[in-house]
Formats: sequence, structure tokens, C-alpha cells
Amino acid sequence: MSDATIVLIVMTIGTFALKAAGPLVLGDRSLPARLQQVVDLLPAALLAALAIVSTVGDSRSIVIDARLVGLAVAGLALWRRLPFVVVIVLASAATAITRLIA
Amino acid sequence: MSAVDDAVRRRAIHRQAASIVAAVAPFGVVFGASAATAGLSLIEAVGFSALVFGGSSQFAAVEILGDGGSVASAAVAGLLLNVRSLAFGVIMAPALFGAWWQRAAMSQLMIDESTAVGAAQAERRWRRYGYLVAGIGVFVVWNLTTMLGFVAFAGAGDLITDLGLDAAGPAAFLALLWPRLSSAPQRRTAVAGALIALALIPFAPPGVPILAAMLGVAASGIGRRPDE
Repeated sequence: MSDATIVLIVMTIGTFALKAAGPLVLGDRSLPARLQQVVDLLPAALLAALAIVSTVGDSRSIVIDARLVGLAVAGLALWRRLPFVVVIVLASAATAITRLIA
Repeated sequence: MSAVDDAVRRRAIHRQAASIVAAVAPFGVVFGASAATAGLSLIEAVGFSALVFGGSSQFAAVEILGDGGSVASAAVAGLLLNVRSLAFGVIMAPALFGAWWQRAAMSQLMIDESTAVGAAQAERRWRRYGYLVAGIGVFVVWNLTTMLGFVAFAGAGDLITDLGLDAAGPAAFLALLWPRLSSAPQRRTAVAGALIALALIPFAPPGVPILAAMLGVAASGIGRRPDE
């Protein structure tokens, strides 16, 4: 079995449990306030880490390349409140153009 | 509630769901392409989209696998990104009423988009309707675009970099993060998480920097006085 298949099986079971837990176990009750606060914050840390690692990460080294221009353009587009699709297209285009020029 | 009011409400929900489904489509293509680049088979790529069905967690796992990370780091990073489903489940639970197997089945559509559309409605039955329409819409489009991305870009790593699609993932992560940045604790957590991950890239195996970023929650300030 490939690594990807093992990861797929583990994530399928784990994600099923995470998604079903609320509706099946908690029902109408809510999480303790402190735990809820931490759960609310986790995605911010993880999404920021994913953005930075997928922009400058390359295995075990930090690589500054055209992806960084794409991320900067994405930030600018988000700041201008452009729609999600436009943000992705502009970031990809900026990266592609940077590579053409460089 | 008259039948006319119901029709108006239903149309409003369809419009919300349609724009969200359209936004997801390019993301699905990129996921399919990333999976192909990372060496997954088509079955595995679609397996992730159909069985795990959680955009950022799929990207994280595939990114780590493609980078040579271990099975454990890929699975744990992916699962950590789905921990928010616990919170979504708490929000949506009252609207997802029914027998236990119906609740379990409906819960599998629990993603950012379906929860967002569902939670935006005022009444319980419309929360359920919005959640299901957005969830099913995204599920269908997400799986179709995963296949499209995989087939169209399989073995074409050059095409992905030529088109700048390797920046689409980072841009999408930033776009998902963006709405959270208006809250100070979320912003502090994001900055701390990014710095922790960046600092660890050269020293830790792929995947670990993303896991360690979770400790950024400590910088949020939620442990301080409640008036802060």
C-alpha cells in the first residue's frame, strides 16, 4: 500500500469522527468556553503556516522565488476585497509573469 | 410563512451556494494537479476529495507527501486542519436533526462553505437547507474538478510552474485566512504560527513546521485578563 493510501485511510477515519462528533455526541450542548476559544484559533495558526511554508518552503530549505510575488499580489487583491477566484488567478498570473521576466 | 416567502428564501440560498461552489472549482483543479505532481494515483486523489472532503486538509497532506514527509506528519497535519469540524459540528448540530445515521451522513458535508451558508440563515430548517445545498454543490464540483485537474495536469509539473499554479495554493491559504485577520487574537495567532513554521523549515522534517505552528495559539492573548 502506498504512503498516500495509508494517509487517505487514516484521514478518512479521523475526519469522519471529527465531523460526526458534534451532531452525534454533543447534540445541542456546547464545548467548554476555554476549549472553544482554542478551537476557534487553531485554523488561523495552521492556515498562516501553510501559506508561508507553501510559499518559501522546498523540502528542508527556504527558497525565495516567484511564488513570493504571487503571495504578495494575493494579499493586495484580498486587501482590495476582490473575490476568491480573482485572487487566485491574479496570484498565479503574477507568478507566471515574474518567471517569464526573470 | 407563505409559499412565496419560501420560494424567495430558497432562491437566496441557491445564489449564495452557487457563488461559493464557483469559487471552489479552480481550487479543485489545483488540488487534482497537486496530487498528480505529488505522485498520487487518480483513485487516491479522488479518494481524498470524496472521503476526506476537506480542502485545506487535503492540500496539507498532499503537500507534505509530495515534499517527502512521513505518513504520520502528513496524516496528523491533515487531521489537525479538520479539528475545526468539531466546532462546526457544535454550531450546526441543532439544524442537523434526524436519526443518528442521518446526522452522521449529513455531518460528512461539514466544510467551511456548507457551515458558512448554513449558519448564515436565521431559522433551523433554512440552516439545514443552506448547509445541505452548499455542501452537496461543493461536493459534486470538488470531485469533478479534482479529476479534471489530475487528468489535465498529470505529469505536467512544468505547466504548473509556467502557469504560476504553484502560487495558487499559497494564495488560497491566505484567502481562507484573510477574514480571520480582522480579530486581534486571530491575527496574533496567525503571525506567531507563520513565524514558528518559517523558523522550523530548515531544521524539521516536512510537516513538522505546520504542526508546530499550532503553538502560535499561545500568542493569541486569550490566556490574559478577559478585558484585554
